[in-house]
Amino acid sequence: MKPGATNTNKPSALVLGDGLIAFVKRECPTCELVAPVLADIAASNNLIVFSQDDPTFPETISSVRDDSQLESSFHLDVEIVPTLIRISNGKEVDRTLGWNRDEWQHMTGIDNLGSGLPINQPGCGSLSTGPGIAEELMIRFGKTNFVARSIPLPEYDDDVEACYERGWSDGLPVTPPTPVRVMRMLAGTTRDPQEIIGLVPPKLAPCTVEKIAINAVMAGCRPEYLPVVLAAIEAALIDDFAMHGVLCTTSFAGPMVIVNGPVCQAIGLNSGMNVLGQGTRANSTIGRALQLIIRNIGGGIPGEIDRAMHGNPAKVGLCFAENEEQSCWESLSVERGFAPAVSTVSLWAGEGTQGVSDDLSRDPESLCRSWAASLMTIGHIRRTGRNDVLIVVSPENQRVFCDAGWDKTKLRERLFTLTTRQGRDIISGLDGMAPGIPPGRGAEMIPKFRAEGIHFVHAGGPAGMVSTIIPSWSATGIRGTNLVTVPIKN
Amino acid sequence: MQRSILDPTSESNPAMRNRRSPPKSLAGLTIGLLDIGKRRSDNFLDQVEVRLVEHGLNVRRYAKPTNARTAPEPVKQAIAAECDVVVEGLAD
Repeated sequence: MKPGATNTNKPSALVLGDGLIAFVKRECPTCELVAPVLADIAASNNLIVFSQDDPTFPETISSVRDDSQLESSFHLDVEIVPTLIRISNGKEVDRTLGWNRDEWQHMTGIDNLGSGLPINQPGCGSLSTGPGIAEELMIRFGKTNFVARSIPLPEYDDDVEACYERGWSDGLPVTPPTPVRVMRMLAGTTRDPQEIIGLVPPKLAPCTVEKIAINAVMAGCRPEYLPVVLAAIEAALIDDFAMHGVLCTTSFAGPMVIVNGPVCQAIGLNSGMNVLGQGTRANSTIGRALQLIIRNIGGGIPGEIDRAMHGNPAKVGLCFAENEEQSCWESLSVERGFAPAVSTVSLWAGEGTQGVSDDLSRDPESLCRSWAASLMTIGHIRRTGRNDVLIVVSPENQRVFCDAGWDKTKLRERLFTLTTRQGRDIISGLDGMAPGIPPGRGAEMIPKFRAEGIHFVHAGGPAGMVSTIIPSWSATGIRGTNLVTVPIKN
Repeated sequence: MQRSILDPTSESNPAMRNRRSPPKSLAGLTIGLLDIGKRRSDNFLDQVEVRLVEHGLNVRRYAKPTNARTAPEPVKQAIAAECDVVVEGLAD
């Protein structure tokens, strides 16, 4: 049974009298085959025949019931035509699918039934089980359990424009969240649609699986992405992520979703070429779903509570996978305490991307120094101790470290050291530049980053001695945001 | 068949409450100064406190641990219980 609806409530029109019921359709050769047999049955039995595609078929029956709306087929869970059902005391007691002479004779009690026919012939698919129709019938005839308000649309209203007009879009078109689409989306998780995942800032509005599914539809997600979206919301609501602050800051940052584990291949998340760019549905829609949820459920509207001065292009939504298969390092999720078989979402409050190209370094010390110099500009070249950093390490850059036996820990420690500076080199007013540390701290050694604030993810295309620096926003650690990781539940 | 879409919002809005009227006079009232945790908020509020005290007013100081999060409940409750008016200030 799909979530959100049930087909166990029989309509009052389908009061089942004792006898036999048959479901057929004209386009099915097996139904054509059994048409004379149905006439033989009707001669001595109480038989009702429902036709799915033509109420004049079979002509051998005088009063065929029109089931072109598939209501009776839906309520009796007909999957194959012909289907023959016996009702006794108002309940189904027997059913056979397709044509099988022995079974039909047994169900009808008529000897020699269909004696001129083959012994057995499989039936055809019921129209009620055609592609995409199951959820339509659930909505039309089932008992839907949606709690979200249903908004009727005028017949000629453009449904995409209707979403724009209601303020539900991030600026790009959204997929209109029809009940059928939301029902299909909810099939992507086993979780109860009314389970509350948490309170979404800034309104601290309760957020159910159903509401998340509606927004995931709008973002363009497929149902199999839904568990990843749910995990992204769970991560965003961890206090250590400080989503309220990430949202309302004047800074550039937005939540970026990093996915690890088997789910990446299962749903087709890109970890290779153009990993931070466009072109892959899962990458483009999962992060967008998170941002739509912050907007629509939490009320985080740009220009209102979202006070970003410039923002960054990734605030439309950014999601990417780590390339674990070709990595010589333990993955981000394993590093953070999860088993390799566990799929996870990590959330990073990222400011945007800054490329670092170094075609010449062939030893880790040189490459490390290249990176350290490039990292200095984060926030401001004299800013210290405020931003964390995530480096998306390309395969060719990673190879330089791995060939020399450098793991993440060694690289992190070396970068920390290389980005720790003498205070006198960054004092306020030096070189005619106002920002900097107070002159009294000139003798100190001052780290650019927190020791635990330097992270690495292996991803990107196979060719290119480049990597990508993604700074966090400037409120980190106990003051604001830490990288958070949660397991993905189905 | 009637087309419909499902509401993606929380279907709720925060209750709007009218602002309290400002007091006609600050005489005898307790004024709370809330530092939101931004750098130099304390410098700014120190000066505000000096000026208020010069006028013979009662001042109490409060602080958020960080500007990246909303004020903790105990801070909000203390201000509500102990102050008549509050100045929430920041300065970068």
